[in-house]
Amino acid sequence: MSLSAVLFGVWLLLSGHYTPILLGLGVISTLFAVAIALRMDVVDHEGHPLHLGLRILGYLPWLMFQILRANLDVARRVLGPTLAISPRMFRVRATQRTDLGRVIFANSITLTPGTVSVELEGSEILVHALTADAANDLREGTMNRLVVGVEGHE
Amino acid sequence: MEIALDLLSWALLLVGGFFAIAGGIGVVRLPDFYTRLHASGVTDTGAAYFILAGLMIQGGLSIITVKLVLIGFFMFFSNPTSTYSLAAAAHRSGMAPLDGAGGPNKPEPVEKSLAEPIEPIEPTPTKPGGAPPSQP
Repeated sequence: MSLSAVLFGVWLLLSGHYTPILLGLGVISTLFAVAIALRMDVVDHEGHPLHLGLRILGYLPWLMFQILRANLDVARRVLGPTLAISPRMFRVRATQRTDLGRVIFANSITLTPGTVSVELEGSEILVHALTADAANDLREGTMNRLVVGVEGHE
Repeated sequence: MEIALDLLSWALLLVGGFFAIAGGIGVVRLPDFYTRLHASGVTDTGAAYFILAGLMIQGGLSIITVKLVLIGFFMFFSNPTSTYSLAAAAHRSGMAPLDGAGGPNKPEPVEKSLAEPIEPIEPTPTKPGGAPPSQP
């Protein structure tokens, strides 16, 4: 089961010790954590979306670049003498088919400074933007399209 | 080579520190709760990632770097989620956002009073598996 594998991998990485006693403890705690997760009924497709796999790796560099750009923009406005902002609320369409896709989209919006998702309402997201530019960038829908691409066709 | 890596690492750390300070100043200067979220976003993303990247170069190819990557990974998921919870909680408890704070951009009105019950602007097809509606 992939959850056990991932958890045990994390244990190995974090401990950095490979003596039998520590490996044994790792196995026990991994199994214990998985057992608890199963009892809580929180193990599902969405919990550890490995199926998104490589597609999300193509999306992350683009997102990182957007985050950097937005960081510079917000920092510039915040430090500028006039505080050049025009905050606003608006809704954007989230055309992802799965809940997971919508969560990725909403989190991407929040990760980009200058836009914060406030409320996810069905297939629309209520967004608060710091500036008109940030709002228009998002309305243009590039991010939405790319996240739909990450979802792929299943 | 050693010196080049050190310089790069310090440059990243300084940029991260700059973003952290900018975010902090933003939280103080911006006028209301929602706008302050954007400033804290600068600290959450720009500052955090640059500092992590700088520390990764200091750590080199070691277990420390792996742990830093994991820290970044968890922050990447937890930060926007907590920011979203804050924003959603404020919105649901009826906190109205400011409409423009005297910036040069003309503020556009919020489309709908936030006190009203929320409904979509227009019906959107949500057929599972259907083609996504085309963007205007």
